[in-house]
Formats: sequence, structure tokens, C-alpha cells
Amino acid sequence: MPATVTTQLVEAPAEAAVRGSGVLRTALRSRRLIAGLCIVGFFVLLGVVGPLFFGNPNLVGTVQHAGPSAAHWFGTTDIGQDVFAQTVVGARATLEIGAAAGLIATVVSVVIGIGGGYAGGWVDEALALLSNVALVIPTLPLVIVVAAFVKNTGLLPTVFVIALTSWAASARVLRGQTLSIRNRDYVLASKALGEPVWRIVLVEIMPNELPIIVSQYLFAMIFAILAQAGLAFLGLQSPDLLTWGNTLYFAQNAQALSSGDWWWFAPPGLCIALLGAGLALINFGLDELLNPRLRVYREPRARRAARADGTETGQ
Amino acid sequence: MIPSTGTETRDDSSGLGTDLVLRASNVSVEYAGSRPTRAVREVSLELRRGEVLGIVGESGCGKSTFAYALTRMLRPPARMTAGVVEYYGRDGEVIDLAALSGDRLREFRWNKISMVFQSAMNALNPVTGIGSQMDDIFRTHRPGMDKAARRARAGQLLEMVGIDPRRLRSFPHELSGGMRQRVVIAMALALEPEIVVMDEPTTALDVLVQREILDEVERLRAELGFSVVFITHDLALLLEISDRLAVMYAGQVVEYAPAEQVATEPLHPYTRGLLRSFPDLRGQRREMHGIPGNPPDLREALVGCPFAPRCESVFEPCREITPPLRAPAGGWPVACHLHDPAHDDYSSEGGR
Amino acid sequence: MRLRYIGRKLGFYLVAAWIAITLNFFLPRLIPGDPVAVIISKQQQTGTVPLGEADQLRRLLGLGSGSLAGQYGQYLNSLAHLRFGLSITVFPTPVIDLVRQAVFWTLILVGIATLLSFALGIALGTVTGWKRGSRLDAIVPATTLLTAVPYFWLALLLVYLFANTWQIFPAQGGFDPALDVGWNGAFISSAIQHSLLPAITLIVASVGGWLLGMRNMMVATLAEDYVVAAEAKGLTPLRVMAKYAARNAVLPSVSGFAVSIGFVVTGQIVMEQVFNYPGVGNLLFAAVQNQDYPLMQGIFLAISFAVLGANLLVDLLYGFIDPRTKEA
Repeated sequence: MPATVTTQLVEAPAEAAVRGSGVLRTALRSRRLIAGLCIVGFFVLLGVVGPLFFGNPNLVGTVQHAGPSAAHWFGTTDIGQDVFAQTVVGARATLEIGAAAGLIATVVSVVIGIGGGYAGGWVDEALALLSNVALVIPTLPLVIVVAAFVKNTGLLPTVFVIALTSWAASARVLRGQTLSIRNRDYVLASKALGEPVWRIVLVEIMPNELPIIVSQYLFAMIFAILAQAGLAFLGLQSPDLLTWGNTLYFAQNAQALSSGDWWWFAPPGLCIALLGAGLALINFGLDELLNPRLRVYREPRARRAARADGTETGQ
Repeated sequence: MIPSTGTETRDDSSGLGTDLVLRASNVSVEYAGSRPTRAVREVSLELRRGEVLGIVGESGCGKSTFAYALTRMLRPPARMTAGVVEYYGRDGEVIDLAALSGDRLREFRWNKISMVFQSAMNALNPVTGIGSQMDDIFRTHRPGMDKAARRARAGQLLEMVGIDPRRLRSFPHELSGGMRQRVVIAMALALEPEIVVMDEPTTALDVLVQREILDEVERLRAELGFSVVFITHDLALLLEISDRLAVMYAGQVVEYAPAEQVATEPLHPYTRGLLRSFPDLRGQRREMHGIPGNPPDLREALVGCPFAPRCESVFEPCREITPPLRAPAGGWPVACHLHDPAHDDYSSEGGR
Repeated sequence: MRLRYIGRKLGFYLVAAWIAITLNFFLPRLIPGDPVAVIISKQQQTGTVPLGEADQLRRLLGLGSGSLAGQYGQYLNSLAHLRFGLSITVFPTPVIDLVRQAVFWTLILVGIATLLSFALGIALGTVTGWKRGSRLDAIVPATTLLTAVPYFWLALLLVYLFANTWQIFPAQGGFDPALDVGWNGAFISSAIQHSLLPAITLIVASVGGWLLGMRNMMVATLAEDYVVAAEAKGLTPLRVMAKYAARNAVLPSVSGFAVSIGFVVTGQIVMEQVFNYPGVGNLLFAAVQNQDYPLMQGIFLAISFAVLGANLLVDLLYGFIDPRTKEA
């Protein structure tokens, strides 16, 4: 069985490294993780420090519809606002919404997924049904309709509305994991020893699902940033809130597209994509680190060339 | 531990005596990495036609890796770094396995050497029927067979291992563990190969089913005359079914001998340790012993005998000189200074 | 046993549909003030309101007379007769007519584009997974970036490039407004031409997700014993890849397909805004802008039912491609 062979002979060193002082070294070997951390770190820095360098990014200027230049790196809008300033300042609210909505969604999914999975019985059945239904009911239309009905589109409502529509998939995954962990020997042993429920859940079960929770959080954050951009683009967000999505909304409204002001709508979208990709890369990197089966062995180029005709496995 | 109906009668029935079917010389396998793991170290073994060669050792000793090397099934990062594996056909053809590639390698596989994997559940594709998976073998290797012939043959194979041919339509999850392993064995015999490599074929089964499967293998082997490389960590089981066996430790063969001799007078202290770690049902009651300690890290360069830190008979040369695999006068190959004439003074003390 | 699986799935989707309907029932209660008065006054701005419209609206919005249960009953009755009221946006067209038209456009576009994207993503994912560790791995970071791009932004970019700059595709609408709507060659070819850019956007934006998921599953599946065994059997690489590895690796993607339909429809809603495509998304947007509550509710229900139906289909299909489903 090759899995066994690999487990015994290849993973063993990797595992030892993870446990020992080599955690960092192993992590640093994952190029994806590094790239992801760099990208996300860059944007976080931008969101924290960036706004300090710009006064009011919505300040109207005299130079309108100007392409990128030394004075305006990303050009200006139809009323002379500096797109670069807007992009930098917009990073903060975008990240805040993403991080907060992701966090709430993750907490909800942990409570419902792990709670239900551990409780079992009808509580579990009911919560599982709830997650499954929440999963198949199309969320963004619901969010749009709710947002339109509520007409309150500040930071907090946006965060909650997004969070409450994106916890279900993750809850389902966590429930499945909990169901399998619940009956493992060490959990049963703790139960037999009379450990309190909260301790079993927090100490015995949660740590084992931490990698999944982290990964789900990163995905929830990506979803929140995309959903927020979509809502803003539809004009369902307070225009006072400067996010990348809102910048796109104003660009679209001013017909930046047909007037050829590509510098207006390109940066915010690209930033969203880059940030999302950064978060996804961290996720893939962690996945590779924690799930050795996904680790792909790359042969040194020289050796690959040397036996280009007949391969070891006959593929 | 050897049943009275043991090895001698079997040799007579196959009648092919001692000619070779597979020879591995100085095979080394490495798992690439920042510090490569040398999982198999210069192993040389011979498989005779019709015999059962057992390979035994703790998990991680390289026995499975070696089996994969024999069948050219190593995947990166594992790689055979040295050695030769040669196959000798009945009609005198000699095939160097390392030289095979592409279509010729595919043609060789399963036709000459087939494999039975440890977990039958995992070795069968869960989403297609048993029949369709057997069909794939014939379609690939016997393009001349038509559909009816392929199905007939598949049914025949199932019957041969004691399964109702109607089961061809079943999916793996619909069969019991024992039945699945029988199906896997039937598949291994589909093309009537010369060699079947069995990698812990009964480890995942309960004792009764294990017994049934072993009897089945015995019967089929007597009937069809193929050779078996049988890999397991269960020395008791190997003593019973194999003609000769190789004890592996830390990627090396440390003892290589006829099964009955290993059972009665094992030479290597490690073999003795293995023998003591299971109860002898017929013998006297005695204390059971494990072997204390752990195998060495195969990423390190090994100095001296790799077993020395765990050996109860360790003496001076063991820590510095790696003992070669060498047969003492009148004995069989063993890698231990105790049996090296150069250290004769000690060997009498260290013996049993 | 298979019947039981189908029955269970049907039961689940009935519950889900009921929950969607009930959510819809409660939505108007979020509107500040008297929604019916708001709506009627809006309708009066655009034309004469037929008699009894206020009553009808009240019932439809779940604000009919009597107890909450009674209101709920009246609301269900309206739905059963497909009475969704009149739209404010296109007054006094019944909501059901508008929704029907829009759903037609979106369904065809999203349906075809999603199936193409899925097929393409699975095929590419299979190959990149199979050839893991080769130069094809370079596709992974690029696709990762692609999956994080908002659909509508990609649409903006493609419109800018293909419609505005190079003028290869029309930028706006679902067909050439100069043509008669109907099943004639000129109209259909115009419709296809107009749907190409939205379809390409949808495919480009969603193919990456399928590709990455499939590739990861392939890499994991290739380590399975049955794949190793298939190789040991000397089967051709194509057969090992397709029948042993991909056939198993695709299962999570198929079950994920169900969940993602909602996501794709969602992306489509915002995207249609960019193309001014006459689909559900555009209609929903118009409804939101005009505070057209009846239309919004109608669209939400339509989308919900479309997504639930698609999910049901996928689940039933899954039951057939994975023989183990019956026991799960």
C-alpha cells in the first residue's frame, strides 16, 4: 500500500518537523503560503497605515478624467478625485467588512456545526436541516431583497447580512468532522472520566478541527469581500462608506467604462482579486502543509530530463 | 509452528525445483527530500519458480518499498537508485525491469507480475462494478477476447476463488471484507502471471477469514504453480506458508533462510526477537518479549550494525563495523557479527 | 432502496421550498411604514391603479386581514394561483409575466455557460491533477487569481476590451432591439451574439473554481490504492486517469455543483447589470431601484425555485454516479 509507505517514510520526517522547532521552516517551504501571506500582509498594512497619508480621498479636484500620471498614480474620476487615494483608503473598510463578516460567519458555523454534531439527536437533525436549507436557498438575492427592504446600509448591517448568509457550507463540513471525532477513543475516554461538556468540546474536539475552521474563515472572508463588492456595485451600500465596491459603483454610474476611464474601475477590482487570491493561497498553503497527500513532489529538472522517455510509473 | 504438510510436498507438486523466476541484485531505494530517506539498502533476493518467498519486518523496514521496486511501482519521491531486477521467463527470456518503459512496461505488468494489496476495500475502485474492473484487465491485455469471452473468464475466476459469478455485477461496498480480498486475488490471477506479490494481504481481515484466504492462496498456488512474494509483519504466519524468508531491518536483509530453519534456530538476534514476540501455541508456555527500542532514522548514515542499539547480544564490533550479509559455514546468509568466524569467540556466548 | 433516497431528497427540497416561501412571507414586514400605501402611491405615480389591487397586494405581501395564520393562508393561496400582483417598474404589467420573461433569458445563459464551465473545469482539473508536478502546475496560481475576481468586474473589463475597444461583441442587451422578438433566424443569431460575452465572462470567472477543486481531488485520489492497483494492472494511462482516478475525484465536484449553482446565479445577478442583459438580475436591480416590492418578491421566489430545482436534479444525478449513496 503506497499510502502506508509514504506515511511511514516520507511523512514521518515532515511530521517531526512540524512538531519540533522546524514549524517555521516547513511553512516557509510552501511557496503558496509565503505568496499568500505577503499579499494579504501588504493589503493589511495598506489598510492600517495607508489612510494616514491621505486626507479626504473624496476631495473633488480640478483635474478630471485624467489618466495615470505622476501626480495621480491611478488617474482621477469624473469629478477630479484621486483614484489612488480612494483605492488605498478603501482597503480599510473592505478589509474590515471581510474580516468581521468572516469572523461572525465562522463563529455561527462553529456553534451550529460543532454544537449540533456533538449534541446529536434531534438538535443535530434540526441544525443540520437548517444548514442544508440555508445552503440551497440562494443567498445574494435574499441579501439584495433584504437590503432593499431594510434600507439601512451602513457598515454593521452589511457585515451581519453577509455573515448570516454564508455560514452554512462551513457548518456542514464542521458537523461532519465532529460526528467522526465524537466517537474516537480519546473523546469517549474523556466522557467516561466525567469531563464537562464544554471542556470536551473546547479541548478535545475544537483543536482537531482548527485547520478546517481557519480554512473556512479564509473562505468566508473571500466570500464576504466579494459579496460586499457586489452589494456596493448594486448601490445597496451607503455611499459614505469608502470601499472598493463603492468605487466601482461610482465608476459604473459615471459610465467610466464607455468613456474609457479604465484606470477608474481597474484598480479596485484588481485589488479585490489580488486580496482574494492572497487569502486563497494561504488556504492552499495551509492545506498542503496539513494534508501531505496534496503535497506534490517536484523532481529536479535535470533528473526529469534524463528520463524523459520512460517514467517510473509508466504514466 | 510448521504444519506437517509443509514445504517438501509442495516442491514436489510444482516440480519446477529451483530455477529462478526473479532476481533482485543490490536494489536500493531512496525517498527524495532535503535529507533523502534510504528506505531500501542494497537488497539482493532470489525468487524461485513456484516458491513462496516471505519478507518480514517491522513497519517502516522497507519491505513494502522493496516490493514496489520489484514491480516497478515506485512513484516519486521514491526512486530506485541502484541495483538490477531481472525476470526470467519460462521460455528462457530475460527481462531487465529497469529497461522497460511505456507500452512494454504496461504489457509486462500483470501479465508476468501481479499484486495483491493490503486493503481490498481500497484496492477496488468504489464506483464501478467488480465485473467491469476485471473486464478492464482483459480489454487491455487480451484485445483478442470478445465481450462474451471476457465475461465468461471473469466469472470463471470468481468461481475459482469461491465466489458466485453473479457477483460480477456487485459493487465493492456490497461485498464483505473476505469476499473483497478474494476478488482482489482473482484479479491478480486473471492473466495467469508467474509471480504474485502479496503486500500484507490478510492484515486487515479477522483471524478466521485470514485463515480462509491463506488456504485459498495455498490451494491456488498448488494448482496454478505461480510464485509468491509474501510481505507481512507477522512472522508466525510467514513461517507457516513460505518456503524461504527474508528478514528485513532498517532497509536491509539481515537473515535469509529456509522457513523451517528460521523457525527452529534463527541466527540473527532480531529474528529471535521477532520469534519471541508471539506465543507458540504448541510449545511450552514462556514469557513473551517485544523488542525494546525503535528502528533507526533512515535519513541518517548508519554506522555499524543498525540493530546494535536494540540488540541483546551486542559486542564490540557491532557499533563500528556494518556486518555484511554472509553465510557462515553450513549455514544461510545472515548479517551479524555473532556468526562471523572473525569474531568466533563471542558467537558461542551470544547463541540461544 | 434507491426510491428511498429519491424520496428523502424530494422531502428535503419540499421543506427548503417551504422555508423560502415563508421567508418571502415575512420580508415585507421589514418595510418601515405601511408598505401597501407606499406601493399604491408609487403605482399611482405611473398610472391608474386597478380596483382591488390594494387588497390583492395586502394578501400577497402576507399582510391580509385576520390573524397571522390567516394572512399566511391568504398569501399561500395567492402564490398557488400565481398571483404576484402588478409591477411598479413596468406598471401595470403583472409581476409573473416580467419574471417569466427574465427567467427565460437568465436560465438559458446561466444554464449553458455553467455546464460548459463545469465540463471545462473538470477536464482541465483532471489533466493538471494527473500531470501534477509538471509545468502545468503553473496554471494553479493564475486560476486562483481568477476565482477571486468579482464576476461583475471581469464583465466590466471584458466589455471594455471586447465591446468598447475592439468592438468584437455587442456591449449591451440580450438582442438587437431593431429586430422582432420571436423564433426567427435573425433574432436567434442576434440573441446568441449578445449572449457570447456574458457567457464567456461567466465561464472565465467560474472555471477556475472547478479546475482547482478537481485538481486537488485528483492529486488526493492518485494516492489511492485502487489507482495504484490500476496502474499495476498495466491499464492504459487514459483508462487509469478517466475510469479510476477522475471518476472518483469528480464526486465532490458534482455534489459541490449543487451548492455553487446558487453562487453562480448570484454572480450572474450583478453581472447582468453590467451587460444590461434582460435577465433576472437586471430585473431585480430595476425592482430594487424602484422599490418595486412585489417584483422583488416574485424574483426571489423564482430564483429560489430555479436553484432548488437545479439542486434536486444534481442530487438525483449524484445518486446514480455514486453507487454508495443509498447507504449514506
